[in-house]
Amino acid sequence: MTRTRKFENWMLTSGTFVAAALWIFPLYWAFITSIRTEERVVSNGAGIIPDEFKLGAYIDIIRNTNLINWYINSIATAVIITIVVIVSGMMCAYAISQMRFPGRRILYGVVLASFMVPIQALVVTQFILMNDMGLINTWAGIILPQLVVPVVIIVYKQFFDAVPKEMREAVVLDGGGDYTLLFRIYLPLNWGITTALAIITFIMAWNQFLWPFLAVTTEDQMTIPVGITQVNDAFGVFYARLMSVALLGAMPVAIAYLIFQKKVTEAVMISSGVKG
Amino acid sequence: MAMLTNRRKEVAVAASLVAPFVLIFALVFLYPTIRLVQLSFTDSPLIGAGNWIGLDNFKRLLSDRLFLTSLKNNGYFILLTVIPTTALALGIALMVTRLRGKLQALALAIFFLPYILPVPVVTHIWTWMLDFQFGVLQPVITFFTGKPVAVFKNPYWVMPAIAAVTIWWTNGFNVLLFIAGLRNIPRDYYEAAQLDGATRWQLFARVTWPLLWPVTALVLTLQLILQLKLFDQVYLLSSGGPFNSSYVLLLMVYREAFQLNHGGYASAIALVLFVIIAALSVLQFQLLRVGGRR
Repeated sequence: MTRTRKFENWMLTSGTFVAAALWIFPLYWAFITSIRTEERVVSNGAGIIPDEFKLGAYIDIIRNTNLINWYINSIATAVIITIVVIVSGMMCAYAISQMRFPGRRILYGVVLASFMVPIQALVVTQFILMNDMGLINTWAGIILPQLVVPVVIIVYKQFFDAVPKEMREAVVLDGGGDYTLLFRIYLPLNWGITTALAIITFIMAWNQFLWPFLAVTTEDQMTIPVGITQVNDAFGVFYARLMSVALLGAMPVAIAYLIFQKKVTEAVMISSGVKG
Repeated sequence: MAMLTNRRKEVAVAASLVAPFVLIFALVFLYPTIRLVQLSFTDSPLIGAGNWIGLDNFKRLLSDRLFLTSLKNNGYFILLTVIPTTALALGIALMVTRLRGKLQALALAIFFLPYILPVPVVTHIWTWMLDFQFGVLQPVITFFTGKPVAVFKNPYWVMPAIAAVTIWWTNGFNVLLFIAGLRNIPRDYYEAAQLDGATRWQLFARVTWPLLWPVTALVLTLQLILQLKLFDQVYLLSSGGPFNSSYVLLLMVYREAFQLNHGGYASAIALVLFVIIAALSVLQFQLLRVGGRR
């Protein structure tokens, strides 16, 4: 390697880390702000180097808002959504991939077509439906419209299609049916993709804003993303508290991502049709 | 006879397997879609019955200045985001793939992290970063313009500012797709080109870029569709203002339906958005298939 190449490489690597530092700066700044007092945050000397470590803003948020309720609502709805989406999607994909029944092609066509439709355009009529069913301000009302995730079926179908046919024979000879095949062969063979899809479904459900925002009007029924917009109204411009509540709201998904980084990456790549 | 009962049994089992998805789909997707079309031809309030008024809602749309403004703003936002975010993501992906091992994982995590944040977290942080009095970025703005700017309250700054926040938030997704695309390029191509004495720029222009074109097309079209659905950031950062300069279609659907109680008119607007996005998606599907991806 020549000298100029080496220098270029060094420049590019340092450039990358300068860019990365700039990219992470808003999160760093939010954290620094959250551990200062409100007075310090708006004072002239408040530089970008941390100089205080006060947890007052966090304590205030936990004491004076419905944060705990919002966590419970978010965790419960996101977990239920994840389980229903994965199980129903897997079952449907298995039938489409491995079985013969009338309407199979049409069903898959509908799945592909619904993948192309913007669910946001349906919020008005979904709201009317949930209201008719008396589900506004309930977990069921938050959950139901989020249960259609066609991409899960599309991904599972591709993976089930790729399972060698010979794997079926042993089970079929023992008199096992399709449920046995699905849960004893197809699911265990695809644990990797199942966990990847489950994590990304959970993160997406946790982050959902528009629908829970419409489906909930009482503060104690709100999910985290909807609830933390209320803090803004309640406090006005108290930025230490605003940043604490933002970071508290982001924490569960941020931790989930940092632990399962590889899985999240894999899920994003596969569900967009690009293999990494 | 045995064959026939077997066949019947298989259909019954298949029906039980697809039933959960099909029932949920019919209830919360298909039925609302049909209702949307139906409502768009009526003057119903959000809750309650209305009268059939034929195409009146759609005729009204054509002369509704707010609708035309929204349409224009959606277009402007697409210009501000789609190509910039694609170019930026490609640049970042090229920088990140050069790195190895733990360094690469770290850099990737930093660029991807904002994507998994809930949208109000993103808007809270940027409201603070750009606060008129105390925002940490105001000195930067002052350096370029001579005075601080209340970006989300300024008709010229509001859309570019929302676009920048959106790019920061969602760019990691595109970076990931580009990295996947780059990993799929066989290494021998680069080795062969390097043996022929190709420069860094030639490697990019002759090897990387052409082989990366399918992923680029995917990112561009995904972004185009995604950015049309703009709502959350605008609602939280500027509520469509000032002077409607950040008003967009989905915000109009929300206002008409939930604040002005015009269920029928809101449905008509939603239906227009629905058709635009569905048409673009079909086009995307065809384009990518022709591109040989599926």
